[in-house]
Amino acid sequence: MSIAFIILLLPLVAAASILLGIRKKANLSAYVSVASAGICFLLTLGLIRGSGGEAGAFTWLSVGGLELKIALEITGLTRGMILVVTLVGLLVHIFSLGYMRDDAGKARYFAGLSLFMFSMSGIVLADNFAMMFIFWELVGVSSYLLIGHWFQKNSAAEASKKAFLVNRIGDFGFMAGILLLWGATGEIGFSALRETLEVQTFDPSLLNWAMICIFCGAVGKSAQVPLHVWLPDAMEGPTPVSALIHAATMVAAGVFMLTKVTFLIIAAPVAASVIQHVGALTALLAALMATQQSDIKKILAYSTLSQLGYMVMAVGFAGFLHSGEAVGAVASNAGFFHLYTHAFFKALLFLGAGAVIYACHHEQDIWKMGGLIRLMPVTAITFLIGTAALAGLPPLSGFWSKDAVMAVTQNSTPLLIVGAITAFLTAFYMSRLCTIVFFGKARSQAAREAGEVPLMMRAPLVILALGAVIAGFEFAYGWFIAPADLPHPHGALPLVLTIIGVAGIVTGYLLHRGREKDPIRVEVLVRKFYIDEFYLFLVRVFQDGVAYLAKAVDQLLIDGLIVRGSARLTVGVGLLLRGLQGGNLQRHVFLFGVGIVIVIYLITIALG
Amino acid sequence: MMPSLNEYLMVSGLLFAIGFAGVLMRRNIIIIFMCLEMMLSAANLSLVAFWRFGNGQGMPAQGYDAQVLVFFVIAVAAAEVAVGLAIIVALFRARCTVHVEDLNSMKG
Repeated sequence: MSIAFIILLLPLVAAASILLGIRKKANLSAYVSVASAGICFLLTLGLIRGSGGEAGAFTWLSVGGLELKIALEITGLTRGMILVVTLVGLLVHIFSLGYMRDDAGKARYFAGLSLFMFSMSGIVLADNFAMMFIFWELVGVSSYLLIGHWFQKNSAAEASKKAFLVNRIGDFGFMAGILLLWGATGEIGFSALRETLEVQTFDPSLLNWAMICIFCGAVGKSAQVPLHVWLPDAMEGPTPVSALIHAATMVAAGVFMLTKVTFLIIAAPVAASVIQHVGALTALLAALMATQQSDIKKILAYSTLSQLGYMVMAVGFAGFLHSGEAVGAVASNAGFFHLYTHAFFKALLFLGAGAVIYACHHEQDIWKMGGLIRLMPVTAITFLIGTAALAGLPPLSGFWSKDAVMAVTQNSTPLLIVGAITAFLTAFYMSRLCTIVFFGKARSQAAREAGEVPLMMRAPLVILALGAVIAGFEFAYGWFIAPADLPHPHGALPLVLTIIGVAGIVTGYLLHRGREKDPIRVEVLVRKFYIDEFYLFLVRVFQDGVAYLAKAVDQLLIDGLIVRGSARLTVGVGLLLRGLQGGNLQRHVFLFGVGIVIVIYLITIALG
Repeated sequence: MMPSLNEYLMVSGLLFAIGFAGVLMRRNIIIIFMCLEMMLSAANLSLVAFWRFGNGQGMPAQGYDAQVLVFFVIAVAAAEVAVGLAIIVALFRARCTVHVEDLNSMKG
């Protein structure tokens, strides 16, 4: 059995043994889960040094011409992604030991985390669409379980349900796309598909539709507009979960999958254009929404949406025709590079937010915090490093990856402008967050009493901060993407981006310094463009419409026609026949006589 | 002059019609009962008449089938009278009336 298979299965073993065996012993369960994550990380270090290729394939299902294989494919992207998953996963496990120390559902929580690690590794290592889809659904399940960890809280239960349902919408498209592609080419393996597409030519409109359907899966999982509504609500889950699943790994699965099928995006230019524009729209709208939120986790959630939009936009450019030739893998590499760096600094920001929330006794409203830099310096400084990386300040990792993404968008001026505005907004809202939370005066008792978090929670912050600083340098990513395969910005783009980032930070600081509430309040942004309300309205219209229809069918057809109708028929016929029963003997005799006359007439004259 | 079959049948039809009209129109159930007997007699008369002119040349038919049948009808009618009158007596005891329009408990 290869290393990759052990990385895949070890978390499953941990999850199963916790759920089936040692569930009652919360601390032991937690250590088992952390140990499995740790071993997976060490094995990953071994895996990414080894050679690539496929590992341990066996046929899972064979129906007619279709063979579904459980096989692992290890490419450059896979190595980068599996490192992110296991490293961030391990740090989040360790952080959780502190964060969830006194939680009643600790064993269940760690079982969920291990199940997630198993599912996510499956997505990363899958070598075909069918296997990826299975694990795709499994991460959905583990995400559902972890968002709803505090299911006693109604909002958490609702949020987990919403996340699952919205993801199902996207996954339906994903499955349809896989089937379309399989129907057209007869292949579902990634490498087999790539080879087939190189050799044969297919109907471009078919490929476009297949790619758009597959993209639906990414829209759901990576929370792009219009299916982004689940991610902010998913913040109801424990904060380490938000860091791992809803910032660094699972939501990036959509981008990872798109990167993996870059060859398909190149073959489907219309779909590529759709992907670019959906990504750009998400990046801009989410950044706008983030500027007006007051829940620390919601701000980070919208920021995640916005950055995912960046990645999706970049990957979409793979199919963009630049003077007759597709931009190609360079673009998707840029998207993946941003995914890689983003995983570090966004996980850092979420864990930092978790530390702040922990220190403030589960207070999440930034307007009740303040001045925390004096009370918890390690958290604050690492958080500020994450902020600077997210804002794209050189020489932090975010600067390099954002440069790569923006270099790709230089192919299309409108999207370049959207990207630049988003970059400014990103710096602005992060600066707003930091100014309010870490500087100024404490605004509540909880913030005054806050103290530095324990070492078990500080250590992951420091390690991730280190990652956020160095992940953009060549030695940190060169082993899975050759620097030559990344786009290079033309002209003064890096300088302009730096100026935009600094401008955003300064504006955010000056506007919010010493304030008690937002100086500018834009209702439409606070209400998130009324998209949730719109969906509620749609649900109400359609659900109520269907309900009315069902009610009409029930009342008119079933009750009215079938049940009461048969009763009425009986009564009516009875009424008719009742007239004949006059109770008068002589009338009966008369009718009898008439009947005999008719019979005689028929026998003798009509028939005779 | 010897009456022919037609005359007999005419009388028989007349008897039957009178009986039937009585059954239809009279209110007293005993009268209706008598009218029923009259209709039976009409049938008997036509049976005997058919026998008398039954051989094809205006002479009686062979055998006595018709007479036997008539006797049979008379015997059954006698039995029927016995049962019928008993029912009427019982009915009168129960309902204190012999008028058919009052006996309408079967009205739907």
